[in-house]
Amino acid sequence: MEHEVQRVRNAFLSGRSRPLRFRLQQLEALRRMVLEREKDILAAIASDLCKSEFNAYSQEVVTILGEIDLVLEKLPEWVTAEPAKKNLLTMLDEAYVQPEPLGVVLIIGAWNYPLVLTIQPLIGAIAAGNAVILKPSELSENTAKILAKLLPQYLDQDLYVVVNGGVEETTELLKQRFDYILYTGSTAVGKIVMTAAAKHLTPVTLELGGKSPCYIDKDCDLDIACRRITWGKYLNCGQTCIAPDYVLCEPSLQNQIVQKIKETVKEFYGENVKESPDYERIINLRHFKRILSLLEGQKIAFGGETDEATRYIAPTVLTDVDPETKVMQEEIFGPILPIVPVKNADEAIKFINEREKPLAIYVFSHNNKVRVGWELTTEKYSFDTFSHQRPCLLKSLKREGANKLRYPPNSQSKVDWTKFFLLKRFSKGKFSLLFLAFLGIVAALLVKAGYY
Amino acid sequence: MDPFSDTLQRLREAFRSGRTRPAEFRAAQLKGLGRFLQDHKKLLQEALAQDLRKSFFESDLSELIVCQNEVNLALKSLHTWTKDEPVAKNLMTQLDSAFIRKEPFGLALIISPWNYPVNLSLVPLVGALAAGNCVVLKPSEISQGTEKVLAEVLPLYLDQSCFAVVLGGPEETQQLLKHKFDYIFFTGSPRVGKIIMAAATEHLTPITLELGGKNPCYVDDNCDPQTVANRVVLFRCYNTGQTCVAPDYVLCSPEMQERLLPAMQSAITRFYGDDPRSSPNLGRIINEKHFQRLQGLLGCGRVAIGGQSDERDRYIAPTVLVNVQQTEPVMQEEIFGPILPILSVRSLDEAIDFINCREKPLALYAFSTSNQVVKQVLARTSSGNFSGNDGFMFMTLSSLPFGGVGNSGMGKYHGKFSFDTFSHHRACLLAHSGLEKLKEIRYPPYTTRRKQLITWALSFQNCTLL
Repeated sequence: MEHEVQRVRNAFLSGRSRPLRFRLQQLEALRRMVLEREKDILAAIASDLCKSEFNAYSQEVVTILGEIDLVLEKLPEWVTAEPAKKNLLTMLDEAYVQPEPLGVVLIIGAWNYPLVLTIQPLIGAIAAGNAVILKPSELSENTAKILAKLLPQYLDQDLYVVVNGGVEETTELLKQRFDYILYTGSTAVGKIVMTAAAKHLTPVTLELGGKSPCYIDKDCDLDIACRRITWGKYLNCGQTCIAPDYVLCEPSLQNQIVQKIKETVKEFYGENVKESPDYERIINLRHFKRILSLLEGQKIAFGGETDEATRYIAPTVLTDVDPETKVMQEEIFGPILPIVPVKNADEAIKFINEREKPLAIYVFSHNNKVRVGWELTTEKYSFDTFSHQRPCLLKSLKREGANKLRYPPNSQSKVDWTKFFLLKRFSKGKFSLLFLAFLGIVAALLVKAGYY
Repeated sequence: MDPFSDTLQRLREAFRSGRTRPAEFRAAQLKGLGRFLQDHKKLLQEALAQDLRKSFFESDLSELIVCQNEVNLALKSLHTWTKDEPVAKNLMTQLDSAFIRKEPFGLALIISPWNYPVNLSLVPLVGALAAGNCVVLKPSEISQGTEKVLAEVLPLYLDQSCFAVVLGGPEETQQLLKHKFDYIFFTGSPRVGKIIMAAATEHLTPITLELGGKNPCYVDDNCDPQTVANRVVLFRCYNTGQTCVAPDYVLCSPEMQERLLPAMQSAITRFYGDDPRSSPNLGRIINEKHFQRLQGLLGCGRVAIGGQSDERDRYIAPTVLVNVQQTEPVMQEEIFGPILPILSVRSLDEAIDFINCREKPLALYAFSTSNQVVKQVLARTSSGNFSGNDGFMFMTLSSLPFGGVGNSGMGKYHGKFSFDTFSHHRACLLAHSGLEKLKEIRYPPYTTRRKQLITWALSFQNCTLL
């Protein structure tokens, strides 16, 4: 593991990954990889998650292509230094913020959207000029294998390396020193990653999870709300970090919600959900059993059918759920939707605030006082995550006369002048402009006088 | 008994009540902070004089004025900074409202050091208050005079249900860190930075670590030695060298060294007189421990200038060392004193290699009349901040983000960057609760027609049709 990381580090130190043209070429190659090998990639995802190729395409591939296209267009702008506002003392200097690569970045992907959650961060890391070690999730085995096979065929083999393996290999990997770590996964492992990072003072981004609440107000279009919730919840068989995890609503709404969700499920997946090409399966037996155990002691309003052989769990809704029960203690990450009755919006807010901050919050209401939250990824945020924004101040060695003010020995007049130069704000009035112009003339004279 | 539980509970409840959210409240806090700085200017100057023998001029320039500036900027900009930031939308979200909302994290902990005890406590505080957090400030126990003023006087100017100062040394800080905070802002050494980050991991608390390192200062043959000497000496000796961004060591050719030495002596004499010991513009080392440490460093290489020390008042003379080996103690740790080692390099390449073999520093300096040389050093190295042909003037620009990289830290602040550091940028999408027909295409079952439409619609990123 140490050798692998060193190899990648040496490649970064060669400076190859920094020129803009190189970054663009690599991104174009990545794009070609996704387009030319689409079939293989989709097949891999499909077999990992029992996902239809169309779903794999629309949920993962399209996002990646869109992101690459945007980065290709904007990167020349993003890599440019951004000028910074100056004060009077630095008026004649160059001040700007220069984005720079951090070095060797470790990206640890997740299994639920195995392509997007590895490749999307990779795009940002490459765009920012870094070298990357990519560690896809071993649970989405086929995608991990195809990435290990394809990446070296299209990208620089020493700068962007795929490392596969389970807990043991990842632990070894985390002992190495990286310049940035981006991890997507559970809170528990997030802590392990951060602990390892702390030993080297490595900055991290942790994309974790939680129980994303979904509040349904009595003042809303219930048909639409239930359609959207059904879609968000059962997409990828509930295995989405931002899926609505549970519903909060007034007790009187429960039955209607159940009915409408039931109808929507039928509309989306047909009479026999098991046969719908658009309905996925649970990733593995361990998670299948885990989710099953959440059903114990619950009131199943509809759904609840399972089939271990195919790891199938039907779209399920639970009603009158007790917040203390198991299904409300962990992120469900499965096609089970508990409904927890609350008296009103205030109680819902209190309920949510008593718990850990979730990744997403959903609110359905016509009432503008209640808000909807949905995680967006903005492409430039990726670039900024993987860049160090280095502030630069470039001065000339001339005009030393103008600097007399700041050298000791000090005096009260120096204090006053310094305050003036550092604190003075100019408003856009006529007199201020005149005064500024006058100052400019004085400064020019001083500069001229400095040339002896 | 945990001495902090009650205070933290009180602050947390105050945050939950929503008290710190309204702009008026935050502005009032900032104004209070501004009044504290004005009303107690003398008290603070005296405390800084007591702790660091800092001259009133240095106190004003590097601590009080900076803080006042930040308060003023925050008050002026609060309205703009707290506004929701609209973002570009794609075709599918065209009719929705998409924006980033800046929200406070909750309970923020600021741990500040002893070298600029007012600046490094209050500038982060400005950001934390402007962002609407409740704040716990843990000032350094080493700068005792300032610690007292911050603990006893500052809270009187702020809403005490939302702000508290806690005191203590390493043991108490460890205890404090067992509690959950929503943000931790730490300024100090990399060694302690690791401890803070490990503690933050327990609760997955986001952090900013403003650390340190050895800041290299490359001096090219192509330059005016006196100008360079003025600038390097000023910024090395400022605050008696106890500055995280001070030039730590010089890299130059042997020829340049010969020209620099007399120029540096000249600068020292000009700034501090023939007897720097009696200059009111030169401070003292913070405490016995650091004094002993620095006195030990005086034995490295050969003393070319200065080298005197006096235990009685913890005086270390502005000193320049030459013939220093890389393995000597003065090159193994951040100096943090008025001692400047000069190391010989034969070329720019050698200097850059030397720098790149080491941990990324907080600041990096390059002096040359050739713009090419300066830009080369910039392009081929990495550091928190960079300055060409000057010392740490970048600290006066709140438009430049101040922070480290690698071993010198993570995160940044000053000006708007402080506000952003202490805010959670929450991505929001307010969809139209109707117009369901437009959203129909995303629902299964996915007929061929629907697949085509979705693929087409998703391929438009950042659409600005409307």
